[in-house]
Amino acid sequence: MGNRVAIVGVGMTKFVRRALETGKELSWLASKMALDSCGMTMDQIGCVALGTAPDTFDGVHMKGEYLSDGAGCWGKPYMRSYVGGGTGVFSVAQGWYHVASGMFDTCLVVCEEKMSTFQPHAQAAFLTIFDHTTERPLKPNLLWIFALEMNRYMTAYGLKKEDIARVAVKNKNNALDHPAAQIAAPVTIEDVLNSEVLAWPVQRLDVSPVSDGAVAVILANESVARRVTDKPVWIEGCGWALDTAYWTNRDLCYSRCVEEAARMAYKMAGVTDPRHQIHVAEPYDPFDYKELQHLEGLMLCGRGEAAQLTADGVTARDGELPVCPSGGLLGVGNPIAAAGLMKVAELFWQLRGEAGKRQIARKATRGVAQAWGDLMQVGTVVVLGV
Amino acid sequence: MAKPKAQSPKSEVQSPKSAPAAPPYHPIAHGLSDDDFKHGKVCTTRWTADARYAWDRGVAIGRYLDGLKQGKLLGVRCAKCARIMIPPRAFCEWCFKPVDGWVELEDTGVVNTFSLCYVTWDVKRVKEPQVPAVIEIDGASRGMGIMHLLGGVDPKKVFCGMKVKAVWKPAAEREGAITDILYWKPL
Repeated sequence: MGNRVAIVGVGMTKFVRRALETGKELSWLASKMALDSCGMTMDQIGCVALGTAPDTFDGVHMKGEYLSDGAGCWGKPYMRSYVGGGTGVFSVAQGWYHVASGMFDTCLVVCEEKMSTFQPHAQAAFLTIFDHTTERPLKPNLLWIFALEMNRYMTAYGLKKEDIARVAVKNKNNALDHPAAQIAAPVTIEDVLNSEVLAWPVQRLDVSPVSDGAVAVILANESVARRVTDKPVWIEGCGWALDTAYWTNRDLCYSRCVEEAARMAYKMAGVTDPRHQIHVAEPYDPFDYKELQHLEGLMLCGRGEAAQLTADGVTARDGELPVCPSGGLLGVGNPIAAAGLMKVAELFWQLRGEAGKRQIARKATRGVAQAWGDLMQVGTVVVLGV
Repeated sequence: MAKPKAQSPKSEVQSPKSAPAAPPYHPIAHGLSDDDFKHGKVCTTRWTADARYAWDRGVAIGRYLDGLKQGKLLGVRCAKCARIMIPPRAFCEWCFKPVDGWVELEDTGVVNTFSLCYVTWDVKRVKEPQVPAVIEIDGASRGMGIMHLLGGVDPKKVFCGMKVKAVWKPAAEREGAITDILYWKPL
């Protein structure tokens, strides 16, 4: 399907609660780092795919255009995508078709988020997610949808909080080895269970933080990729799908849009048995239970089985199917769009064997990154391979 | 094309040949502490948005709101997929065709899921938890729920599968809004 497209370079800033740098500066740091990582310059970049969250966060009109100078867009074809939390992984799909189509030889993909600007707390920037007439008069807060989903998931499969807390423990500990991590910590299951209750069943340590940060990756067609690196990481498949915005009509224990996006990406990649053909996964984990739901949506295990997989150590960094070896959003941080692209960057390092202390034990030649967002309705998936 | 000569970040010390394998970068970004921010150690410019909106009720939701004012929960029916839907809509998003009629539903239902929420939108704590829930409405197709609040119940005794009934505002105080239902109590 189209020309082969590889990731040849990546860069990322440290994820922090509040950065001195502006969004433009964060974008510049990540973009420059990505170029340097593969010895390329902006002259060699054909177009730019930018992913970043709502203008509301920053209080600027057309935030993509505002950031553009830092993302190397000057004088270049540029397009911004935004599909909620799904953006970081979608932006790679967007860059992929720019290059796969043959229109461009290379594409710089940049994702940036600066959530700290919104006062007093970025959570309020999400309140407009709820329907203005049928929901907002009830004065909802964003945590509700996650708490409602988490409770449904726990109830449907008879799971306990500790079954889910294992994910937070794994990811926050994995992040201890990530030099860009914001909230890595050697937490235990007890720490998670004893943390402040926000919206039961959601407790403080079940949740990823608000963050500032940027990530960039460089995509190239095969001839460019072979010239700039010995170790291209190929985009074997990508997919994205949307579920209805009538979220109270959905089965909240399962993410159908993730399954549909995965089916699309697997078909393109020739993956017919994901559990055995995918060797490492970076599913979206803004909350601990989401990693479990997404493993099921990605068909890496049966419905309701992901908690057992985690308890058995299968998803640990030295397990048979390492999941979020980066530390995920729970450990590295959650600058929305950048967090999704961080997952793609992690697969790049893992598949090239360059993840250092985070390197997974098993041999891996194929991985999947996935993000999810908006009113729990967007699924985005990218399959990478070497 | 003139290239900007910005100050090099630390990452520039890397080259593709000499890049250390693991991890191949020095992530930068200057993190500020709450203290830096609160005590004005860094210069911050502030602005408050003044954005006001007036949303039209819409065709289908308009009729739903009229129903609420009369103390009724209205849904719509699609003859093709045989779903009875709430909240009502002018068209079926599955079949992508106009809906085929209106149905009066019960003001009772089943708790599909709920939360005990101890924080406000800006993460300030409250003593008594709010109990938001998705309530599947009796008379609609299975799984058709709306978001609302539970009340008149000890939060610790709420469970998924609990039967509940709407507690309406007195008729004279209803205004055609989702808040015409005060909350849902155990049946």
